[in-house]
This record gives sequence, structure tokens and C-alpha cells, in this order.
Amino acid sequence: MLHLILFSVFGLVCVAGAVNLLLQRHPINSALSLVVVMGSLAVEFLLLGAEFVAAIQVIVYAGAVMVLFVFVIMLLNAGEEEQTRGSRVAWLLGIPAVLASMIIVCWALITHSNVGSVAIGALPGHPADIAQLLFHQFLLPFEVTSILVLIAIMGAVVLAARSETVERSKREG
Amino acid sequence: MSILTFIIVSVIKTALVLFVLLTAVAYTVWLERKVVGHMQNRWGPTRVGPFGLLQPAADGIKFLFKEDLTPPHVFKPLYIAAPMIAVIFAVTSIAVIPFGNWFRVGNFATPFQITDVNIGLLVVLGITSLGVYGVALSGWSSNSKYSLLGGLRASAQMISYEIALGLSLVGVLILAGTFSLRGIVEAQSGHFWGFIPNWFIFRGGQFVAFFIYLTAAYAETNRIPFDLPEAETELVAGYHTEYSAMKFAMFFMAEYANMVTVACLASLLFLGGWSGPHNFGPEWLRELLPLFWFALRIFGFLFVYIWVRGTLPRFRYDQLMAFGWKFLLPLAIANLVVTAVVVVLR
Repeated sequence: MLHLILFSVFGLVCVAGAVNLLLQRHPINSALSLVVVMGSLAVEFLLLGAEFVAAIQVIVYAGAVMVLFVFVIMLLNAGEEEQTRGSRVAWLLGIPAVLASMIIVCWALITHSNVGSVAIGALPGHPADIAQLLFHQFLLPFEVTSILVLIAIMGAVVLAARSETVERSKREG
Repeated sequence: MSILTFIIVSVIKTALVLFVLLTAVAYTVWLERKVVGHMQNRWGPTRVGPFGLLQPAADGIKFLFKEDLTPPHVFKPLYIAAPMIAVIFAVTSIAVIPFGNWFRVGNFATPFQITDVNIGLLVVLGITSLGVYGVALSGWSSNSKYSLLGGLRASAQMISYEIALGLSLVGVLILAGTFSLRGIVEAQSGHFWGFIPNWFIFRGGQFVAFFIYLTAAYAETNRIPFDLPEAETELVAGYHTEYSAMKFAMFFMAEYANMVTVACLASLLFLGGWSGPHNFGPEWLRELLPLFWFALRIFGFLFVYIWVRGTLPRFRYDQLMAFGWKFLLPLAIANLVVTAVVVVLR
């Protein structure tokens, strides 16, 4: 019972953080709302019994990725965002349509798939189980992902370095 | 154990640990002033109480009664929240750290630890990785160039060294096979070759990991020689330039609480936690001696912190980054690979 209450509360906090992320006009506030979203997601994982995923969520997303976001915002000294009030069509049709389609999708998922419900903590979330999955069953996708990340990093380095060389050649030429 | 006893015991333990931690923080400041003083041929604090022992209390009263200035151009919500974030995350991580074996009175038994979770080490790493927000946000919200530069330096430095720090601990995790801090300490019990204690620092090349950990941890806690975020010769006081009174004291407390956490982790992961001769004397002494051995190690680490501060000059910023990324990180990865190979071959 307590689990369910906590789960709902942190679910609400998560959604509220996400909405606040969109509503805030200053990038730092938006980034901090995203930290709240990450943190409450971690709590949700924890309540579902996936303590390892919860810890990694905090360390990687809240502790590293979002710090880099904040760092970049601070470095660029990004100012307040200018907002228009949005088109009337979006308010009248877009938002109700999104809500309606979300409700339909959720309803379809809950009633027409055989996912069923599971007791909290019934599924393995222990580090050893995750390691077993990652390094035995899904070893190939795991390694391929690591190569993808490596390629992405190299791409970023190439892009960053190229603008510099282009500038230098402009100055010289 | 019924739920009521559990709550009462937890509250008592939390209050006790917080009291000890904050006292340790206050007296680490005293120790630092005293030791650095003697290293520089001065006396350090001598006036308040014998050997200046009441100096922390005097400092605390001073901080409480000072005027709490808020500069006019700060971004107020974050300016006020930042020191709280720093101190909360610094203090919270102590919750999963074990200090000794079990405390037994009659039928009642409880571990010397607020709570034992099976991902204890990850909890500590996660909480301390959130502590950087306090520093970064204080730098940004102060709306001052010195603070901003300090905050930027701090976040870049903490992100960079966190990787080396995390990787240096993986070797220990491979050897211990658990994330639980109590489990890691138990994996270090006993001796090999009859007399050398089974500590991880002596096993499978973890000697290297120990030094990577200590170096990275010094950078994480913004201590000399990595105190670039508050380099007073360049940045006035860095990220806490615009803070005064208790808000400044909170940053101070956070820094020293983080030092204590680093010392705890280093003792638990590399130096066998609370192991030491404790099988003599009456029953109560046998239970309390591990606490003493653990405290002794923490004292040793804190002393080394101060010793390093009194000895080394500060890095230049590019040197700091180059050292972290080009030396410490490859070394940590190499250590990890070697440890993994050793464990697989054994």
C-alpha cells in the first residue's frame, strides 16, 4: 500500500517536473526540472525493485548528463527564452488531441495486451541479473551500441575540429 | 524487530551519526588550522579553550550571528537553495556507510550503520555526484564573474574526475563481487601468507586503484592541489564569493563532510574497513574496538588531506584537465583490465 502511494506520488512529481520543464522560460530552470524528472524516475525504478537501474539513473542522468546541460547553459550564459502565446489551433485542437490519443493508447495497452500486473519487487533487478542479461543474452547488441557511441564521439570530435581548421584556413587564405 | 522498534532505533542511529559527523566536520576544521599552522611554523588557534579546542564552537556562534547579506543582483531562489543542496547531499551519503560490526545488548542486535542496502557503493556515488549542483548553481545564481568561473570550473572538474574515480572502484567491485559496503568489508577479512591483512590495497594491483581513487577524490572535494573552483589568487573565493554567514558555512560544512565520506569509502574499500585486533578484553570493548579502528583510519586520511594541503601548490587549469583525462583515466582503465584478467585467470 505504501509502495503504491509512493509510486503515485513520484509519478505525479515526475509529470509535474516534465510540464514545468516546458513552462519555464529560463533554460536553467528547465534543466533543473529535468533533473527532478530524472530523480523521480529513479525513485520509480527503485519502487519497482530495480535498484541497480535506479542508482545508474541517478549517477548517469542526474549526476553527469544534466550537470553537462547546466554547464553548457552556464557557459553560453543563455538568457530567458522569448515565448509567443502559441497558435489558437494548437490550444483548441492540439492539446485535447494529444490527451485523447494518450488515453486511447494507454487504454489499448492495458486492456488488449497480455502484460498483466506484477507484484512490486517480483522481477529480478539485482546487478547480477542485469549483468547476466547484458553480457550473455544481449552481448552483441551491447557491443554494437558501444561502437555506435564511439562513432558518435569521434563524429563530435571531427565536427568540433573542422570548424577550427576552417576558421584557420579563412584567416590564412 | 517490530516496526516501532525499527523506527525508534533508526531515529536514534541517524541522530547519533549526524551528531558524530558534524562534530567530526567541526574538529577537522580545527585540526586543519592546527596542523597547517604547525607546518608553517605558527601555532594555529590557541586562545579559545585548551589548545584552541573550543575554536569550532566560537566559529559556529560567529557564523550564526553574522549579518546574512544577499547581494542585489542574485537569482534568489537558486542562490538560497544552492548551499542547502551542497550540504544536504554531502551529509546524506553517510546513511549507507557502515562503521563497525554489530551492536548487541541482550537479545537486541543492530549493525553500526544507519541502513545496509545491497547497492551501497552506488548510493554513495549517486548522492555525491548530485552534490556538484550546489557548487554549479551557487556559481551561476550569484551573478558574479568570479562565482560563475568557479562554478564552471567545479562542474567541469567534477565530471572529469568522477569517471576516473568510478573506474578505479570497479577493480575492487570485481574482487569483492558485491556492491554492499558491508559485503566489501567482509570480503577483506583474514590474512594471506599468514600475516599480511587481506585488504584490497594489497591484492590484484589495487594499490594503483587506491592512488587513482585518492587523487580523483581530492579533485571531487575541491581540495588542494585541485582547488581551482575556489582559487583565491585568481577568483577571490570562487563559487562562494557572494555568500556570507551561515550560507557560507554550509559550503564549508559540505566540503568537510565530503572529505569525511571520501575517507570512509577509502577505508572501507581499500583498507579493510574496521578490521583490527579486537578479540580481547570484556564484551563491550570487543564491540566498540572496530569503531575505534575505523575512526583511526578516517583520522589518518583526514590528516593526509591536510598534509597535502600544507605541501603541494595548486595545479594550473589545463594541467588539471590534462592530468585527469590523459593520465588518470587511461591508468584507471588499464588497472581495470589487469584486475579483470587476474580474476578470470585465477
